[in-house]
Parts: sequence; C-alpha cells; structure tokens
Amino acid sequence: MADLTSNFLGISSPNPFWLASAPPTDKEYNVRRAFEAGWGGVVWKTLGSEGPPVVNVNGPRYGAIHGADRRLLGLNNIELITDRPLSVNLEEMTRVKKDYPDRALIASVMVPCEEEAWKEIIPRIAETGCDGFELNFGCPHGMAERGMGSAVGQVPEYIEMVTRWCKAATDLPVIVKLTPNITNILHPAQAAKDGGADAVSLINTINSITSVNLDAMSPEPMIDGKGTHGGYCGPAVKPIALNMVAEIARNPGTHGLPISGIGGVTTWRDAAEFLALGAGNVQVCTAAMTYGFKVVQEMISGLSQWMDEQGYSSIDEVIGRAVPNVTDWQYLNLNHVTKARISQEDCIKCGRCFAACEDTSHQAITMSEDRVFDVKDDECVACNLCVNVCPVEGCITMETIAPGAMDERTGKPVADEYANWTTHPNNPSATAAE
Amino acid sequence: MAHINRENGVAAGRLDPTQVADNFTDLHPEYDGHEALVAADRCYFCHDAPCMTACPTSIDIPLFIRQIATGTPEAAAKTILNQNILGGMCARVCPTETLCEEVCVRETAEGKPVEIGRLQRYATDTLMASNTHPFARADKTGKSVAVVGAGPAGLSCAHRLAMLGHDVVVFEARAKGGGLNEFGIAAYKSTNDFAQRELDWLLSIGGIEIRYGQSLGDGIALDALQSDFDAVFLGMGLSAVNALGMDGEDKDNISDAVDFIADLRQASDLTALPVGRRVVVIGGGMTAIDAGVQAKLLGAEDVTIVYRRGQEAMAASSFEQELAQQKGVTLICNATPVGVEGNGSLTGVTFAYTETQNGKLVTLDETFTLPADQLFKAIGQKLGDTPDALSLDGGKIKVDDAQRTSAGGVWAGGDCASGGDDLTVTAVAEGRDAAMDIHATLMGAS
Repeated sequence: MADLTSNFLGISSPNPFWLASAPPTDKEYNVRRAFEAGWGGVVWKTLGSEGPPVVNVNGPRYGAIHGADRRLLGLNNIELITDRPLSVNLEEMTRVKKDYPDRALIASVMVPCEEEAWKEIIPRIAETGCDGFELNFGCPHGMAERGMGSAVGQVPEYIEMVTRWCKAATDLPVIVKLTPNITNILHPAQAAKDGGADAVSLINTINSITSVNLDAMSPEPMIDGKGTHGGYCGPAVKPIALNMVAEIARNPGTHGLPISGIGGVTTWRDAAEFLALGAGNVQVCTAAMTYGFKVVQEMISGLSQWMDEQGYSSIDEVIGRAVPNVTDWQYLNLNHVTKARISQEDCIKCGRCFAACEDTSHQAITMSEDRVFDVKDDECVACNLCVNVCPVEGCITMETIAPGAMDERTGKPVADEYANWTTHPNNPSATAAE
Repeated sequence: MAHINRENGVAAGRLDPTQVADNFTDLHPEYDGHEALVAADRCYFCHDAPCMTACPTSIDIPLFIRQIATGTPEAAAKTILNQNILGGMCARVCPTETLCEEVCVRETAEGKPVEIGRLQRYATDTLMASNTHPFARADKTGKSVAVVGAGPAGLSCAHRLAMLGHDVVVFEARAKGGGLNEFGIAAYKSTNDFAQRELDWLLSIGGIEIRYGQSLGDGIALDALQSDFDAVFLGMGLSAVNALGMDGEDKDNISDAVDFIADLRQASDLTALPVGRRVVVIGGGMTAIDAGVQAKLLGAEDVTIVYRRGQEAMAASSFEQELAQQKGVTLICNATPVGVEGNGSLTGVTFAYTETQNGKLVTLDETFTLPADQLFKAIGQKLGDTPDALSLDGGKIKVDDAQRTSAGGVWAGGDCASGGDDLTVTAVAEGRDAAMDIHATLMGAS
C-alpha cells in the first residue's frame, strides 16, 4: 500500500490533498468537516488586517461555465478575503489546529504593502499554532484595486520585498501564492525565491468574465445591473496551471523551489499530474465546492491505487517525474511518425472524426456508404483531432510507425534517428548536425 | 379497493372513473425543461446522422437537439416542422424504436438511444404552447388545389401548398379532420385532444378550407375535381377492412378493431364505453396492439391477441409487443381462427395452430378454443372503391417517385398510395413531397 503521507516544507499531512484558501476554508465549522472527511490540510481563507473586516457583495458572487449534463467546468468568483473579524478567525484556527495536530493548517495572509503591517500580523497569526503562511499575491478582483493580491503578484519587486519582510518576521515556512495574470510565470516565481520564499503555490484565479446576461446586457454574476471581472478556476484552468507549474519546475533558476500545485484538481489523476510536473502537493477548491468534501476520498483511493500499480511507494517518488520530459517545441523529434487508427469494433459510427478531419483538418478519413470510417495514411498528419473529438475513449488511437517503414504521406521511410527543428534544413537558423 | 365489474358479456363501466383516467394518461409524459436538457446533452451531433437518414421526413435531428440544448426549443421546433408539419403528432406516435432511435449511435454504444421522440415533442409542444405559427404564406399564386382526406398525408400536402401560396380545399369524409391521428391511434398516445389542437394550429397558416362530410363517390367526383381545380391530391387512406371470411362472423360482439379504436377516441366518457370481460383480438399489427391494450385498460379481465404467424413476423414493433405484455395482454402466435362459438352472442373463438413449412404457412389439425365475449378483427385495411382512372399497384393507388398517379393532374400519398410504410410520418413525407411536385408543376418549373 502506497504511503500518501506528504511532507511539504517539513509540514506533515496524511495525504497531499489540501484545501486551498477560499470559501470552503473560511470557518471552523467547514474546516472541521473537511478534516473529518479526510483532507490532509487546509489553507485558511485569507486573513486581512485588524480592524473592520472587508465587506462582500450581497448579490451573487459566482459565475460558471458548464459542460455536458451541466458539469461545472469553470467557476468564477468575486468574493474577497474573509469578511469575519481577525480575532474570530485566529481563535477558530487555534482550536482547530489543537484538535487536528496531524493535519496541515496554513494561514493565508493579505495586508497592505507596508512592512509594519506584515511584521505586525505574521507573529500574531503564528500564535494559533499554524504550520506556515501563504502570502496571497494572487486574487485578481476587488483587493487588487486596493493595491493587494494580484496587484502585488504582478510586480516581482514587490513579491520579493514582501516575502523578505515575512521571512524576517517568522521561522515558519512561507509560501508565496502566485497569480497567473502575468505574461511569464518565471519572473514572479524567481522573485519569490529571491525573497527567501520556502515555496510557491500556483495558480491563483484567472481574470475572467464567464458570461453575459443578454437580457440585462451585463456581465455575470450581475450585481444590480453591473458585473465585474472575477477569478476563474475549476477544471477548465488545469492546463494553464500545469504549464506554469512545469515552467517553474524545469527552469534552471527556479528548479527545486517547492511548489504547491493549484488549478482545477478534480480527481486523483489531476493530482498525480501536478505531482509529476513538480508539485510537492496539491490544493483543491472548486471540486470541493462542486461535490462537497467527500471527493477527497476518491482522490486518496485513486492516487493510492495508481501508485501501487506503478510501484511508487511514496509521494516523493512521483514528484517531478515528468519534468525531464517537458521540453521546447524545437527539440521535439520530427522523425517520429504516427498515424490514426480507428478500432472498427469500438466505433459507434457517429462520424465526428470524419466531419472534423474533412472540414477542419487534412481530409485523411474516408467514410463508406455503410458508415465505415478509415484513415488514409497518405493524408494523415497525425494531428490527433479525430482522437480528441471521438466520443468513445480508446476507439481512435495513434500508432507509431516503426523506423524503416514507409510513411505513406511523405513517400519516404521513417528515419531511425532523432532530428529536430534546430537542425532541420528548412530552418534558416539551423546549426549543422554534429 | 377499486370496484371491478366482472359481469360476463360486453359491458360498460368495468373500472371506476379514476382508474380509467389513470390508465389512459400519456404513455410518454412530456419532458420538463430540465429533463429535456439532460436528454439533449446525450446527442453527439453526428455527421450525416443515421437518425436523420432513418426518418421518413428527414428531420435534421442533430440540429434540432442542439437547438434544444442551447435554449432555443422554438428554433428546434421550426427545424422539425419545416420537414414535418405534423412533427408534434409524430413525436407521439412514431415507432421511433424502429426508426431514428434504432440507429442512434448511442443505441450502438450503450443500448440506450437519445430519446429523440420525446425531445421532438418537447420542442413542438413548446412552440405550439406559444400559440404561434412559424410559417407564413408566400404571395398568392392564384392556383387552387383539391385535397381529398384530412389525414396526415392530406394535411401535410395542404399545409405545404398553402405555404407556397396556393389555395387549398380539403374534402373530408368524416365530420372531423385528423384522419387516423384523430380516429386511429391509441388514446394514451394522443392525450388532451392533441390531434384537433394540432389540426387547428396547422390551419392557422391560412389558405386552407376543409369541407366535411364529402368523399370520392359521395358528394365529390374525381373528374369534377380535376376540372374545378388546378391539381388534386388524394390522401383518403384505407376506408375498408379485411374480413376473416369465416362462418358466424356476423355474430354480436364481433367487430373491426379500427371501429373500436375510433369509438374509444371519440368517447366523451370512457366508462360508458362497453368492453368484453374476455376479449380476443386477431391480428399482429399496431391496430391489434392498440385495440388489445385499450380493451385491457378499459377493464377487460382477459385480453388475448392471436396472430397467425410467428412473433418475429408481427408488424407491431417489439416495443409495442412489450407494451401489450406489460399491460397484461396475452400474445398467442402461430394460431389462426377457424370458428366462432355461441348462439347469437359470442362465447368463444376456436383457433387452429399453424406452422411455417417450406416458407408457407400451414394450418395444422390441432385446435383450441378461447372463451370470448368480444372479438376484434385487426387483420388489415384496404383501399375503398376508387375511380377507374386510377391505376392500382398491390391494392393501392399506383404512384411514381413524385407521388403522381396515372391520372393527369392527380397526386396521391399516405396509406392509400403505393410505396412506403403505413405510418403517420410516411404519410406526412408523401403529402409534403407531392405538394412540392404539384407546386413545381403548377409554376412551370418541373
């Protein structure tokens, strides 16, 4: 049985599944339920400065994108940080940590970009017994208008500066939560590292308008006829998050910086993918908001089964395992040739592969009178679109053409040796193969 | 405990009114909005979709389902009605299990097709509930067309002609329009007077006049129609029924299933409609099923449908057969009637077993007798008398691919015409296609 124990920055938790700082972790009541359900840790909903708490809108706070059968694919929110008094949150955190010493409890923090503010609040929060801090430089809505959240996260110098202040104020681990609303994730990640951060967590939510109310002509969620951009999360953002995690993991400057992976983790498989691309653990929000805390049980059992099947005995053996295979386009093997293969046994004859290929790709699929679909190897460029639009998983696959065998499309045998764009004769900047 | 009248013979009021009302509710209740969205989500939007090919009216099914899924059922309805103006009724009565739904790729994939019929009903009901008609008439052509029969074929033809700008007069033998939609379909498939509501809605396009109580040979003559109108469409269905050709067929309580079904559809109070305690239906088609099931639902204690060939040869779909069995109707196959019992009133029907030998149905010596108070014959309908000018083919009016008959300026479609299955949807397709050919002919474009 695989050991799912996570040891992220020295913070131990029975599994690598933490709840992200968000509405599910706003109160003792919720967090206790989460721990009872089996979550390994929580990042408490972001705490703000002492004094009158922030206020939230009293209209809708969420918007959504749905897939088939109204599956929630993307969620957008305009909720701010906790709107409960700091003292109440700190009391609750203290109680919860005391009752669940084996679970990770991280305090998310967001105060104005002034050294005094951070120096004052960090030690006070540490008294709760929390295991570490997460600096919220990510929220793209509301708080950013006040110079906090992503307004900090978009300026690497600020990230470095504030991280340094916090590291000076505590001995506990400091995680910097990054915003994806930037052009290159490496700059803020490098700044966090330079400021002494123990880890980065990403991604926070993406600036978004999920839909427009076409009657009122207003973005949704609509508050009295107006809407504003919110933070987008859920399964739809996972590909964006995976890429950013992988970039940090493989870049020489940031390689080795611990990462807490966030963004659309919905199943054990999503979590395994984040781990494989270099995340030390994962944080989840939308899946819990969609299905309740119980989903973690599937994540635990699924990850455990998969690790057993693969022969991985600990989480550490999985972390970063796919990072060496993340490369630049220019290094992809141009001599690797595949062709689509349609399993006639599995085909249900919907014809979507044909429509996709005929209308939008390379006219490489034929359709007979009795709806038998076949691949024309002399036209197939192996784009994979047919695989992606086929409703039956595994019905269409890509077959690798063995070296020496003929590629019907080019009329040439498949070359055995690896060759990429850097040495390709069509590349004006090509360097001679050595 | 509900009261059950077990009196022998043929009697009314066998079940109490609430039980009867419950028995005759909608067979496939309409979807609510949520159900429709869930069902629509299952459609894969197939390329050159098999369902569309299987539909006699070639409705663009993937498109209309996508229109439902995207919140525009009214647009979906227009997609349907553009091909099939009686799409509302077809959604209720089409044997979808042998047409669109049989070839749905999700039937292939999971043994559970997209519920196309019910989705079609959702779309068409939504549009009709808005009391709007999605089509407008073209500028008047000055041409007029006579349509004989206000059933599915005639109404489909009339609507398309009216839409194209022609004036249409429909001659209908009965006092009500709708044809088999009104008189010949099980009540639980067309509830709340749907056939008449659909007829009224169809006529709201304008340009169609219906003259009731007139049929060929009774008030109108084909040659007169040919001279009075620019074109004639015949869609009068099959007005005669086949007989068993057996001694004693004229006994009391032996009747044609089509008459029982029509009486039932026209009854204002089903508890006043008499039905036998023990009912036997002879036949293997939809009419036999509709009569047998409805007799059971009215409170007949025993209902047996007897068919002379094997079950696999029954014209009624397997869905219909299962429906009958689920309602408690017994199916007996490979038996043919050889005599009726009783003095004056019927007391039983005697059958001989049959067997198929070398492709031929052979009646065996062994017989059995089913006690029966009432016998319904459902062994097929046939064309009534037709004018000599019309050539026949297999007992039906011979038509070509454009629904043209052998008589000049005369088209025909639906059950009275050759070709195609005797289905509402087929009649609609033929009426529509005839209208298009009539239009092309009258406007000189053919």
